[in-house]
Parts: sequence; C-alpha cells; structure tokens
Amino acid sequence: MGFVTLVVVSIIIFGVVEFLPGDFSQAILGQSATEETVAAFRKELGLDKPAHTRYFDWIGAMLQGDLGISYSGRGASGSDLSRPVIDLIAPRFWNTIFLAGVAALIAVPLALILGIFAALFRNSIFDRTVNVFSLSAISFPEFFISYLLILLFASIWPIFPSLANVSDDMSLGERLVVTALPIVTLVLITLAHMMRMTRAAIINLMASPYIEMAQLKGVSPTKIIVQHALPNAWAPIVTVIAFNLAYLVVGVVVVEIVFIYPGVGQLMVDAVTTRDIPVVQACALVFASAYILLNLIADIISIVTNPRILHPK
Amino acid sequence: MDEIKKITKQLRAGQISRREFIVAAVAAGAAVPFAMSMSSKVFAAMPKSGGLLRHAITGGSTSDNLDPAKVLDMYMANVSFGQLRNNLTEIDSDGSLIGELAESWESTSDAKTWTFKLRNGVEFHNGKTLDANDVVASINHHRGEDSTSAAKSIVAAVVDVQADGKETVVVELSGGSADFPFLLSDFHLSICPARDDGTIDWESGTGTGGYILEEFNPGVKVVTRRNPNYWKEGRAHFESVETLYIADVVARTNALQTGDLDAMTRADLKTIHLMEKHPAINIVQSTGNQHYTLPMLTDVAPFDNNELRLALKYAIDREQWKTVIARGYGEIANDHPIGPANRYYDASIEQRVYDPDKAKFHLKQAGYDSIDLDLHVAETAFEGATDGGQLMQDSARAAGININVVREANDGYWSNVWQKKPWCASYWAGRPTEDWMFSLTYATGADWNESHWSNEKFDSLLLAARAELDEEKRRGMYSDMQQIVRDEGGSVIPIYASFVQALSNKLSTPEKVASNLEFDGHKNSERWWFSS
Repeated sequence: MGFVTLVVVSIIIFGVVEFLPGDFSQAILGQSATEETVAAFRKELGLDKPAHTRYFDWIGAMLQGDLGISYSGRGASGSDLSRPVIDLIAPRFWNTIFLAGVAALIAVPLALILGIFAALFRNSIFDRTVNVFSLSAISFPEFFISYLLILLFASIWPIFPSLANVSDDMSLGERLVVTALPIVTLVLITLAHMMRMTRAAIINLMASPYIEMAQLKGVSPTKIIVQHALPNAWAPIVTVIAFNLAYLVVGVVVVEIVFIYPGVGQLMVDAVTTRDIPVVQACALVFASAYILLNLIADIISIVTNPRILHPK
Repeated sequence: MDEIKKITKQLRAGQISRREFIVAAVAAGAAVPFAMSMSSKVFAAMPKSGGLLRHAITGGSTSDNLDPAKVLDMYMANVSFGQLRNNLTEIDSDGSLIGELAESWESTSDAKTWTFKLRNGVEFHNGKTLDANDVVASINHHRGEDSTSAAKSIVAAVVDVQADGKETVVVELSGGSADFPFLLSDFHLSICPARDDGTIDWESGTGTGGYILEEFNPGVKVVTRRNPNYWKEGRAHFESVETLYIADVVARTNALQTGDLDAMTRADLKTIHLMEKHPAINIVQSTGNQHYTLPMLTDVAPFDNNELRLALKYAIDREQWKTVIARGYGEIANDHPIGPANRYYDASIEQRVYDPDKAKFHLKQAGYDSIDLDLHVAETAFEGATDGGQLMQDSARAAGININVVREANDGYWSNVWQKKPWCASYWAGRPTEDWMFSLTYATGADWNESHWSNEKFDSLLLAARAELDEEKRRGMYSDMQQIVRDEGGSVIPIYASFVQALSNKLSTPEKVASNLEFDGHKNSERWWFSS
C-alpha cells in the first residue's frame, strides 16, 4: 500500500515539476539565453526527450538508489561542476532530522501531558488556558510565529540568535542554543493538534461503562486516565502524532527559510528557483517517503495497541 | 600639501608614529595646532585590528567551488577575489586603477604588448614566493579553445603570455587595448600558485590575499582567518571573517537587526526608511554604474524612428523614478550607460529632464498626434519595474503617449520578453571601462545589444578609442559616444541605482567606499574594520 502511494506520488511530483514555467536552461542562462544556447543546454541535460521517457529514466535510477546529478553547477559558459544529488541532500537531511527530532522530543511528551491534564481537569481554568494558548499558536502561520519569536527573543530580549547558523564542529549544547527559536516555533505549531486529540480521545472514553466501573471501584482519577483510558485512546493519538511528526519533517521548509537553517527545505526552495529539477524531485520524494513511512508506523502501532482493528465486526 | 597627504597616508598605514607625523607636518609648513588636530583626526579614523566579521551576501550556490574561472556570482567573488587572492591590478576606492601584485606596467605605443613588473617578496598562504610563472599560469587558466571560464571573453584578445625572468610578465594582444590593465582587475582573474605542469592550484584556495581559508561549505558559509604575512600595509584588519549566503532579504535584515550579522549587501529598499532610523545600523551606499534601462527594438516599427524614441526619452520623469523606484538611493541618468564611476563619464553633457512639450514636439516630428505603446515589465528586470512603468504611463500621458504596461512573469523573462518584445525593462550592473560596456551592449551585432541598435559613427569611434593611448583624445572620443547614445540610442535610461548595504554601527569604513562593485568593490574584508 505504502509502495503504491509512493509510485502515485512520484508521478504527481514529476507532473507538477513539468508544469513549472521556464526550465533550468532558461533560469541559469538568464539574460544570456539565446535560442541556440538553450537548445544545446536542453540536449545536454536530456530535456529534449519526451516526458514519459524521462519519467521512466528517473524512476528507474531512483529504484537503484541513484538520485541523479544536480543540474546546478553547470555554468552558462559550459563549465560543469555539478554534484550528485545525494551529496547535496544527505548533510541537509541530517540537519532537518535533527531539528524535527528535537522538536518532536519536546512536543510529543508535552502534548500528551498537557492533554491528559486537560482531560483530567476538564473545563477548569487550566484546561481553558492551555486550549486558548495552543489554539492561538496553531492559528498563526509558521512564519508569523517565527518572526514573533525573533522579535521577542532575539531583538527585544536578545537571548537567542535569529540566525540558526550551525556548523559541524558545534557541541550539542551550542547547536541547541542556536536552533532554539526554530525548535520552539515547530513545537508551538504542532503542539495544539496533538494535545487536543489526546484530550478529546480520553474524554470520549471517560463516558464508557468500564471507566464508570473503575470510578465506582474508587480508583483515583489519574490512575483511571493513565491505566484505563489511555491504552484504549492510543490509536487516534498515535495517528495524530504521526501526522504531526510528518509535518515536522515536511513543514519545516518555511521555518528553515526564516532562520536560514541549512536543511532540506531550504535546499528545495533554492532548487525550485533555479529549476534544478533532480534536486526538487529528490527532495519531494524524500518528504513523501517520510510522510508515508511515519503514517505506516502509526498504523502498525494502532493495530498493536488495539488488536480489535484487525477483526472488524 | 602633497607632502602632508603622503605622511597622512603613512600615519594611517602605521608606518610612522604620531610624533614623527607632527614633526614632518610642521616641517612641510603646517602650523603646530593644525598638525596636532590632523593627527588626532587620522587616529580617530584609524583602523583597529581584530574581531570576527560576519557578513551576508547573495548569489551563492551549493555548487560553488574555489576555481576563479567559475566565479559566477557575487558570493564567490567576495570570497575568492575579496579575501583569498589578489589580482595584478586593483580598482581603488576612487575608481582609479592601482597596482596590486603588479608594481608597474607599460605598453608599446600601439597598446598591443603589455609588460607587467611584479611586486617583490609576496608570499602565498603556503609560503611559496610569487613569481612570473604563477601569473602566466593564472591567465592561461582562462584561455584556449576549450576554456569554460566565465572570463574567457575578457582574455579573448590575449595571444601570448610569457614570463620574462622571475618578476616580469609580457602579454601580447591581437589588437590594441588601452584598457587592458583595467581588465586584469576583473574578479575572475585572481592569481593562484602554479603547478609544475603549468596549471594552477585553485583547489586548496591558496592565494596571496589577506585571509586564509578555514572552512568552505558551498551555499552555506565560508570561514577565513587573517593572513599574518599579508603584504599590504594597513589592510585586512579582522581576525577572521565568516561569509554567509543568505538569499532572503528579510532574513538578512532580521539577522543584522538582532546583531547576528555585522553587514549585509542589498538592503531592502521597501523598508530602508525603517533601517535608517535604527540606532545600531548605518546604511552605506555607493553609486556606481548599475543602471536601469527601457530598451526599444530599433529595427521594429515604430521604434525605428529616432524622433519617437526622443519623445519617450522626454516623457519620463527621472526625478520621480529616483525618489519612488530607487527611494533616493540612486542618481538620475542621461540615456547613456556610462556612469559617474567610470573614468570618462562626461558630466558636461546636458541632463535630459521630463518635458512633456518637447515630448509632444518630437512625437509630432515622428508623424503622430498620439500613440499607443506596450511596455513589457517584470520584477526580475529590476525591483520596481512595474511601478516604474506605471509612473511613466502617467508622465507620458501629458504628451499624448498612451503606454499600456504589460506585466510579464519573472520566469522566462530574459528568454521570452527581453530582446523579443519591442519595448521592455532591463538593467545592467555596469562595467569598469567604457569600452567594455559599449562593446557589450551598443556595438553593432553584439549579442547583448538589447535595442538592436546600429550606428556607424559610434562603431568606428569605439574601435579607435580602444587602441588610443592619449588620455585627452580618448576622453573626447568617449564623450562623443555618450552624446551619440544619448541622442540616438535605443534605450531610455532613467536612473543609476546605487549599491545599498547595511552595516552595524560597530563597523567602520574608509571615508570613500568603492563603487565598482557592491561591498566596497568586494574588498570589504580588507578595507573595513571594527571601531569598537
């Protein structure tokens, strides 16, 4: 199933990229594009072949683990410094995973705890405050939150840098300080969804007869939620967590641009502006794979925690 | 007073002490209080050493490398040309040509054979002493049939390069070129160490420049540290330099405001009035030769009629363009491409101004009472091109010219609109020499002759001026050419656009900032310093 989705996605990626106006030869040659140079360039890159041939060439190489060669690096004068796409993406991908990973490590437990407490103290001041706060955070677009954080914590109170300027020789601590603002941004935009799902799933179960039974037995409210309600609530919660983790990997594009963080998202945006199609396609496929993989894992976890799903009535 | 100038320079460079300066100044005829206040002034403006310069530049790419022939945009120009390496010649802050690795040069009377005498005892970062072979190999690097160098056209006229001993290089040209030493200051033609087989070692980034390469991360950042052995006196003051590639102007601005950056190129003109008010930021501008153009295809009706072209040249309000489009960061231009930073810029040519009556007169001469024209614009031509078109629409209406502004997509603009549609918007970064600029875009048949313009008298003057060594005669010729392009050329050229950079107020620059390229001719790493 996941594989079929990937194939469909690859066709869509290829199709959409086809529809981009202009092409690499025009983008790189700019003012110096003449008909002959553009034609020569296209021929060299194989852009003169029909679309379906190029699609199968591309997907064939992709299946063998060959992401292709980047277009960029070919100068207008015919120079060729192009690098394999994998060399471009690999270091950037680790940066993105680092950012998404740290954000997830903070956001997921925080969302669960807040969700559980919100369910526990339903309709209390705490519940409402958390709801209002997280809902406001999710209602703003990422870049707005990013700039708000920059204004507050980099400009007015200069605690963190506004540039996520990482380098390889940084210690983990330094890296965390430098990337603090993008991480907080990502946490804020994913928190609400997970927190509210946890809360809703648990509240939903609280009306079940077995919870009532537990209450009648005199089990403490915390214990009821953690031991009785939560195990049954895992399926919807995990789905939402997976969705948000995927969003963390995929949705960092804007955040990376705002904070100049050298991740895959920034690479992809650069590649789109220069029409560096192999890089755009590879980035899109990496994102799609991450998305599909995380959803697959979510499905598996739901099934493991709730075997009933396997046996429909 | 020349003596005073000389010792002021020496004091600045740290070659003489304050006491020696005052003694020498008084000996040269200056009064004691004057000499003392002079020395304090010099000291206040004197560069201090140290600190980490963090600056952001656009035009980088993940595919950048250290090959000087492959410097395709400004980011690597700043790193390769501005930090790691030197050229034979250098364009000084005032636009004049001075020797860099070449101490002096001379040519034969036909300007075909040039002899360069190299500076003594200059060392590369790896300790090797610079000699003539390095220069020969570095120039040959761009030559030859198979050359893919971005500077191939610049050295196309070179027939032969020979080392004459260790300190002299002789260059043979196919035709006379009085500007040849100027061309050698181009940012591609940096000198790298030669290998035994006559190729150059560019891979290591070794040069004779003020900074040594530490970290090279293409498309992200480059880190360099000061060359303790740098041969230039009083240059390269920073302990180390971090050059970041930040394409997004909002991100650059943010980082500068929050103190994560010390300097940035290409400040956003839309928000420049806010940056001007920021207490910790200084805006530094230099008006060079960068200019915006509205080329008309002179081989397509109705633009083949010079009277109509003149009508349009009178129908644009240049002052308005300067204040609205360039937000004051520019100068009004005079329908020719030679800018105030060029050597033979003729300021005495009458400035053309907005005059609807004259526009109407020329329109009548062209045989029209009123006319409808399409002007094709896109923001990729220059920021504000669309607004500019609308401004011109308004100003031209008074003369009976109805302009329809057609907004085109940025993508494919240079291939589908520019040089294809009869009238569009375009820009030029300008070139350091008149010959270069004119040959590129105004000579008959040139690839980038954006108005398909052809003028016999202009073409013959262009050839004659190229080989002319007599300064005054050359000046006269280039002045005539500016006049011809102004009155008969195919482009409306409303304004010169300045290079606008924003600096932290901790950073100091010399009084005069070079205007041949942005960031002090990209020599900011060696010309600027931290004052506090």
